[in-house]
Amino acid sequence: MVQAVSSLLSVQQVSISFGGLKAVSDFNLELPDQGLYGLIGPNGAGKTTVFNMLTGVYRPDHGSIRLAGRDLVGEKPHKIASCGMSRTFQNIRLFPDLSVLDNVRIACHLRTKSGFLATMLRLRRHRDEEKAIVDKSRRLLELFDLASRAGEESRSLPYGDQRRLEIARALATEPKVVLLDEPAAGMNPKETHALAALIRRLRDEFRVTILLIEHDMGLVMEICDRVTVLDYGVTIASGEPAAIQRDPRVIEAYLGEPTEAV
Amino acid sequence: MMARSLWGALAPLAIGFAAAVALQLAAGNVIPPFYVKLLMDIGINVILAVSLNLVNGFTGQFSIGHAGFMAVGGYAAGAVTYYGSFLLFGSTHVIEGWLTKGDLLFVGGCLFGAVLAALAGFVVGLPSLRLRGDYLAIVTLGFGEILRVLLQRTGDVLQTADQVQKASPATLATSLGGSLGFSGLPYYTDLFWVYVFVTITLVVALRLKFSSLGRAFLSIRENEIAAEAVGVNTTRLKVRAFVLAAAFAGIAGGLFAHEIGTSLNPRELGFQKSFDVVIMVVLGGMGSVSGAVLAAIVLTLLPEALRGFSEFRMPIYALALILMMILRPQGLLGLKEIWEMKWFKR
Repeated sequence: MVQAVSSLLSVQQVSISFGGLKAVSDFNLELPDQGLYGLIGPNGAGKTTVFNMLTGVYRPDHGSIRLAGRDLVGEKPHKIASCGMSRTFQNIRLFPDLSVLDNVRIACHLRTKSGFLATMLRLRRHRDEEKAIVDKSRRLLELFDLASRAGEESRSLPYGDQRRLEIARALATEPKVVLLDEPAAGMNPKETHALAALIRRLRDEFRVTILLIEHDMGLVMEICDRVTVLDYGVTIASGEPAAIQRDPRVIEAYLGEPTEAV
Repeated sequence: MMARSLWGALAPLAIGFAAAVALQLAAGNVIPPFYVKLLMDIGINVILAVSLNLVNGFTGQFSIGHAGFMAVGGYAAGAVTYYGSFLLFGSTHVIEGWLTKGDLLFVGGCLFGAVLAALAGFVVGLPSLRLRGDYLAIVTLGFGEILRVLLQRTGDVLQTADQVQKASPATLATSLGGSLGFSGLPYYTDLFWVYVFVTITLVVALRLKFSSLGRAFLSIRENEIAAEAVGVNTTRLKVRAFVLAAAFAGIAGGLFAHEIGTSLNPRELGFQKSFDVVIMVVLGGMGSVSGAVLAAIVLTLLPEALRGFSEFRMPIYALALILMMILRPQGLLGLKEIWEMKWFKR
């Protein structure tokens, strides 16, 4: 099948092994601009490994990753972030001793221009930039209902807030593509529902393209345009959520092989 | 508007320099020589602690070779002033007065020392790209020890203008006194120059900390993977931290070399000295500039205060450290500055 030329993120035949273990084999993904795709699969299926390859934490053994036509394989994570791909982490990785505001401000550093000398001499350019960073960060915090906690250490936030702060931080890098690794983990149904609405808003207001890993099937089915299912590193299904839900291979991967009715 | 922003940029420097002038004027009359020496020691330790904090506190790397950079700066500055004095002025006697030729030679030597130390910092900083924690600590320790051995193998200091004029630059650069140390350096270090450099160090450290660039430094210590993921070039910034810290340690070395009552020898600037500075940073609070200043002051004064019971000095010192580690492992101020603490705001 010929893929649409318009895909923003194009991943082809990406594989990686750790020792003898083939963690991900021949992973393909064509993510169109402003798409909202899901990546699901049982624990250990290789979902986070896919994220780690996309963001340069791991280098794939072979295959290609292209973002807006630019080859990303072999680039360092910070370079990939500046190319327009940012992420959140399954096991939250905030800057724990720093304030909520600082967590977001650090992610703005990428787009700043003033260097060491401008900083030391407090040049006007530097001061204007610092002000712009604060404004931008506060706007993001407001959007994520975190503005009232801007001054607190990020480690003191409740779990759900920490997850949302990670998303806010990812957005501060001005990404084209955002990878969300289990954004609803640890959230109650009410929070998850609010998160679903927020993720949709992100796509519509920030015009970002989103790929998310999630175990909460309700969330995936509710918001994703398309879903890819991984099992033991192999893509076993890919398609619209409703079709995926009925796919016998997917059901088998999650629930085990069907047994004879007694 | 323009003038105001310029003033904003320069005011802290101006105030610091004014204070340095005031201290220097007081030194001759009001402050007895013993306290002048103590104030100089404090200033030099402040420069060392605040600069090491850029590496150990800001970026979370663990360097225990700071005295090595101090030695590079000290010996380089010493060689420039000592041999320079012979070549330019015919003798190594201190040229008395404000901003004399001798003073300028001395400051030039210190800046040259800073550049050499920064180069050394770059070389030592490179392994920090691959190593972390204890492994990096061992590399920095090894650097200090290698330097110590190299310095011990240098030749005797040339004693007369005649010898110096006949010697080649290579001979001068390797006649640094060996294990006996580089003696006979003119005492150019005074309160003015110490506190000028203290001011510069503090302004740089604080402006860095409260800027986008400084927050990027801090993000490395907080979570390196997340820092990379939000676009922080962690390798570049780690090396930069090493270079910057080494440059200031080089200055401190230059000041130390020309201070009255100190001896510039390889043992003096060995592991023990590095460790003293690490303790200042750890006690003051990793990442706190004012904490490092406070710890540098207290730990310079403490040995003097305990001099009366000198046999108990080391045990008391050790006990204080252990108590601190148990009661407040993040250091006195943690990451915060003194004016950000709750008990200060209230």
